[in-house]
Amino acid sequence: MRLVGSDLACFRGGRQVFSGLSFAVGAGEALVVLGPNGVGKSSLLRLVAGLVARSGGVLSLEGSDPELTIAEQAHYLGHLDALKPSLTVTENLTFWSRYLGSGERTQAALAAVGLDGIAELPAAYLSAGQRRRLSIARLIAIRRPLWLLDEPTSALDTAAQAKLAALMGEHLGGGGLILAAAHGPIGLAAPQELRLGGAP
Amino acid sequence: MSALAALFVRDVRLAIRVGGGALIGVLFFLIVVTLVPFAIGPDLALLARVGPAILWLGALLASLLTLDRLLAIDHEDGSLDLILTAPVTLELTVAVKAIAHWLTTGLPLVLAAPLLGLLLNLEPPATGAVALTLLVGTPALTFLGLVGAAVTVALRRGGLLVAVLVLPLTVPVLIFGVAASNAAIVGPVRFGTPFSILCGLALMSIVVGTFATAAALRHAMD
Amino acid sequence: MALIDLANPTRFRALAEAVLPWLAAATVVAFGIGLEQVYFAPDDYQQGATVKIMFLHAPVAWLSMMAWGVMSVAALGTLVWRHPLADVAAKAAAPLGAAFTFLCLVTGSLWGRPMWGTYWVWDARLTSELVLFLMYLGVIALWRTIDDPTRAARAVAVLTLVGAIDLPIIKFSVDWWNTLHQPASVFRVGGSTIDASLLTPLFVMAIACTLLFFTLHLAAMCNEIMRRRVRTLLMLQAEAAGGH
Repeated sequence: MRLVGSDLACFRGGRQVFSGLSFAVGAGEALVVLGPNGVGKSSLLRLVAGLVARSGGVLSLEGSDPELTIAEQAHYLGHLDALKPSLTVTENLTFWSRYLGSGERTQAALAAVGLDGIAELPAAYLSAGQRRRLSIARLIAIRRPLWLLDEPTSALDTAAQAKLAALMGEHLGGGGLILAAAHGPIGLAAPQELRLGGAP
Repeated sequence: MSALAALFVRDVRLAIRVGGGALIGVLFFLIVVTLVPFAIGPDLALLARVGPAILWLGALLASLLTLDRLLAIDHEDGSLDLILTAPVTLELTVAVKAIAHWLTTGLPLVLAAPLLGLLLNLEPPATGAVALTLLVGTPALTFLGLVGAAVTVALRRGGLLVAVLVLPLTVPVLIFGVAASNAAIVGPVRFGTPFSILCGLALMSIVVGTFATAAALRHAMD
Repeated sequence: MALIDLANPTRFRALAEAVLPWLAAATVVAFGIGLEQVYFAPDDYQQGATVKIMFLHAPVAWLSMMAWGVMSVAALGTLVWRHPLADVAAKAAAPLGAAFTFLCLVTGSLWGRPMWGTYWVWDARLTSELVLFLMYLGVIALWRTIDDPTRAARAVAVLTLVGAIDLPIIKFSVDWWNTLHQPASVFRVGGSTIDASLLTPLFVMAIACTLLFFTLHLAAMCNEIMRRRVRTLLMLQAEAAGGH
């Protein structure tokens, strides 16, 4: 399986965010997009996730299920957590795992991110880091080959970052792909790097 | 449990747990009905004559003013992003959300209408007619209102704008709802005639509302 | 014991739980005497026995307004004197006030039905009670909507005080808007127009209802304190679950 983008262009919010962008990520590989704020890292991830229209270029996920769109085979982890404060931790995760997939691995996913001890707590009581970990649990509860991670380590302390690095390693080891946007290293072994921020 | 069932359960849970719960719409309905006699005087005969109209207007406003947050909250916390990228047809998702909203907002209004009819001195047949027309009409209001909510989803202050956009579209439902109620009380038209038209309008609103809302959500994403 | 000593929730709960059984007993006794007096009170020559609904209707009407008074004092306690338990008192009083107001509306409706022929007429007294009922429900909705208890307390306190100022104005305007109900005949400048044989049961029932209110209020305050304790424990549990 390969995620290939060639000559991608994105027009968003009235301006050309980027153009002529090309990259390729294979199974078991990770690509980290680096660059200063506002350069288009989030836009690129949202474009691959199908949330922003492509204004040019070609994007394809080779070797994937032809019935599904790229978005339906990817997990998008953005800045927002998609959690409802009045539902408990378990209720939040169970909803997403049933809505996006088959909903069976909720308990295991909570244990993997270390939230199984407070599974019945309303999400309103969680700290920022715990909310982030709950979002990450979503990626574990449902298996999808492509992970799109927008600054995944924000709000996480060192222990949680190490846990995330281990989970990412497992995903890559199982043949998954990762496309991440970050300001610095996020715990991947030897990822490809794509630097944005030159002249458009 | 299927994806749509999970969505339905979640939306109903949220509607019940958050803020005033399902009853804030009923409270607003009650307040509107209370305000009218202050404005037009306590003449019971007059109130009984305009009773169906007052109940319909109250239900209309109570339905619409609770709708704008339905989609805006999902947009603000990033849930809408995930919903749009799920392997579930967006039209079905929209329909399920609308049904969940109607069950927790519209249906309580229908159930409260007889009690409020008591305040307006309506006879039981009249109240029954109003409740029946509301039962058919409130789903139409929900589905039409959802279109307005979807069109304004990314705006920070959708509230009144949604009402402004949607209220003109609900005029036919209001006309035939009140006409059917009055037909049951005074005639001369049979209740069935405007009521069937109301049912037709409701079905049409459900279909148009679902597809229009889904289309609006797809276009709203950026 | 100064009021400030009651500011400690634990000490307050201990005191309340000591006082509650006595208050409850006093309430039961008062109701016993009151109901016996009501049973033996004479019928009205016009309304017959239905006039006895007044013995419940009038006291709960007074209490529905007194409850707002309790909430207003509590509101001042929150905003001006910063008493820690003031918001607990306010939050506990709101549903009780709503319940007493609702009871007033129902008894008024039942009392009036034989005379009016319908369950509801928009007369001044009942309509003011209806507006008061809506205001109680609004306050309860506000308590439920704001998550953080301290912020909720301040918002509700402001609303309560505005309501307290507005209530006489509302009553006056509703009176001016309509008069169908018989004029308030118990407390008049020239002495009451109700026969003495009816006054005693009325006052006993009023005392009984007041005792009932305070019994329920104290119990509700204890419940609210426990609820906040649970909330704090949940928050501590989340923190202790480790990891930021």
